[in-house]
Amino acid sequence: MVMLFGIPLFLPVEVAYLMLGFLVRRLLSALFAIWVVITVTFIFMHSIPGGPFQSEKAIPPAIKANIEARYKLDQPLHLQYVDYLSNVVRGDLGPSFKYRGQTVNGIIAERFPISLQLGLLTFAVAILIGTGAGIIASLYQGRIPDYLTMFFSTIGISVPSFILGTLLMYFLSFKWGLLPSAMWGTPQHMIMPAIALAGLPTAFIARLTRSSMLDVLNQDYMRTALAKGLPRWRIIWIHAVKNAIIPVITYAGPLLAYVLTGSFIVENIFAIPGLGKHFVTSIYNRDYTVILGLTIFYSIILIGLNMLVDFAYTLVDPRIKLIGKEE
Amino acid sequence: MQISTGMFAPLKEKPSHQELVRPSITYWQDAWRRLKTNPVAMVSLVFIILLLLFAIFGPYFSAYSYSDQDFDRRNEGPSVEHPFGTDSLGRDQLIRVMHGARISLAVGFVAAITTFFIGVFFGGIAGYLGGRVDNIMMRFVDIMYSIPFLLWVIMLMVVFRELFPATGGGAGLYSIFLALGLVFWLPMARIVRGQILSLKEQEFILAAQTIGAPKLKILFRHLIPNAMGPIIVTATLAIPEAIFTEAFLSFIGLGVSAPRASWGMLSSDALASLKSFPHLLLFPALAISLTLLAFNFLGDGLRDALDPRMRK
Repeated sequence: MVMLFGIPLFLPVEVAYLMLGFLVRRLLSALFAIWVVITVTFIFMHSIPGGPFQSEKAIPPAIKANIEARYKLDQPLHLQYVDYLSNVVRGDLGPSFKYRGQTVNGIIAERFPISLQLGLLTFAVAILIGTGAGIIASLYQGRIPDYLTMFFSTIGISVPSFILGTLLMYFLSFKWGLLPSAMWGTPQHMIMPAIALAGLPTAFIARLTRSSMLDVLNQDYMRTALAKGLPRWRIIWIHAVKNAIIPVITYAGPLLAYVLTGSFIVENIFAIPGLGKHFVTSIYNRDYTVILGLTIFYSIILIGLNMLVDFAYTLVDPRIKLIGKEE
Repeated sequence: MQISTGMFAPLKEKPSHQELVRPSITYWQDAWRRLKTNPVAMVSLVFIILLLLFAIFGPYFSAYSYSDQDFDRRNEGPSVEHPFGTDSLGRDQLIRVMHGARISLAVGFVAAITTFFIGVFFGGIAGYLGGRVDNIMMRFVDIMYSIPFLLWVIMLMVVFRELFPATGGGAGLYSIFLALGLVFWLPMARIVRGQILSLKEQEFILAAQTIGAPKLKILFRHLIPNAMGPIIVTATLAIPEAIFTEAFLSFIGLGVSAPRASWGMLSSDALASLKSFPHLLLFPALAISLTLLAFNFLGDGLRDALDPRMRK
């Protein structure tokens, strides 16, 4: 019996070996991608004229000394790079170039939990409401629930998050005074940002689920299930939904990317003190070391999570090819 | 049997079953015919044409310029002189929305064109040469894909902001063109490569190879024209993506610089005075949402019309 962390996997040994090979290859390619992103970002930030790394600007001497010591500016570029890389490997993303005493690690520790809350909430809303609406629409194809879902999902796909967020803020907080317009902390604070951020992916998932459900519902095995007298809920939930949900899992990767970049905007609109807002602030402030560090942090998170999504996908869908290149 | 010369005269009439009932039509005529039957796509196309006219010719009919300020008439609601009202510096909102349309459409079309050329070239070469070249080229694309394209665009804009300071007419617009051009071709390269990979196994390519056609000619005269349907759909769908990206960049302060106006910038300005002057948000929001909707619908319609196999 093949075991994974003590859990028995009901797999033939050959398949388990294939999977292991796939996992190792996927892990190596993820590490390679992270390394490329770090290198490219490093080169970008160093090519900025007047940037921190070639600066003769008037910045406080204490910070300047810090930066020079920290980034070994007196040394040739390739040594600076090796030093930076080894710091990143040890999990140290460096100090801020603008604010004394701030480090990228400190900023992440303080602000990332807030962005994570918003992100998880968005994820949950998008997947639950999106698949729910899609399933309902497919079951009532060509009737009112279907039209309503398609109408709202069409709007959802074409209204950008910053418009949706601003409109929500105007009506729900300024006009009707129902919800607080800014900051973070209570559940009331989370409603509007989560809707603004989840609008587009919810709409997209609803459409995806609907079309995938319609595909499945027209398969022969659905008629078979009906003919052998299975109850309707069982046909829908066990036979249809379980198969129709696979495309939604492939959307998890793009959804992650969307939630992350969307947070730059939504956190700014609603003045949420999360990492996305800080990233934009550091762009405004030209705080290059923070931009560099946060970009690397975001890349590691995304590449890592996408890898997990791939792993999950191979477990969910046995048709995935484990050998050769992923296409 | 007597053989006379008359027996060898050509027949006067063609057999009727060989006559063409209808004139044969080309792929493009067929696609256009299919597109015309799609009302949503046609409405979108008409909307886009009107928007183009609005953006190109609108400013010539306006009494104001996008940077004219009138401090006596700030934050006014819609009126006869200012149909869309005025902003916090007393600038006419109508001309600013028109100007925003110019910028958004320019960004969209430039992105579509660069996507087209770079993506087709890159994907075409990778797909046709195959083997190790393909492997290396597509590995590069995969790595670029491993973080969201918006993050790349933001990074490029952070660098370009200092490399090419926004001065004069460009006001950051060229940086946006360059940043989008460098990133947006990635999906196109993947799609073209996939098409080429399947097309190059077909007999007409073998035929071209056997008569000794040069490789580049096979690629550009035989393979790519046959992949044109998906290429055009992808390029069309790059337009709303680029318009959205420009708005996004303007919203986080990396887009075009003042006094130029883009839709993202107008929305971002409106947010600052949303509580008191919500009308400032209305027109930019409508413009951007309707435009994204129209291009997305047109792209879907084109997909159905150009490549029925891709139909979802």
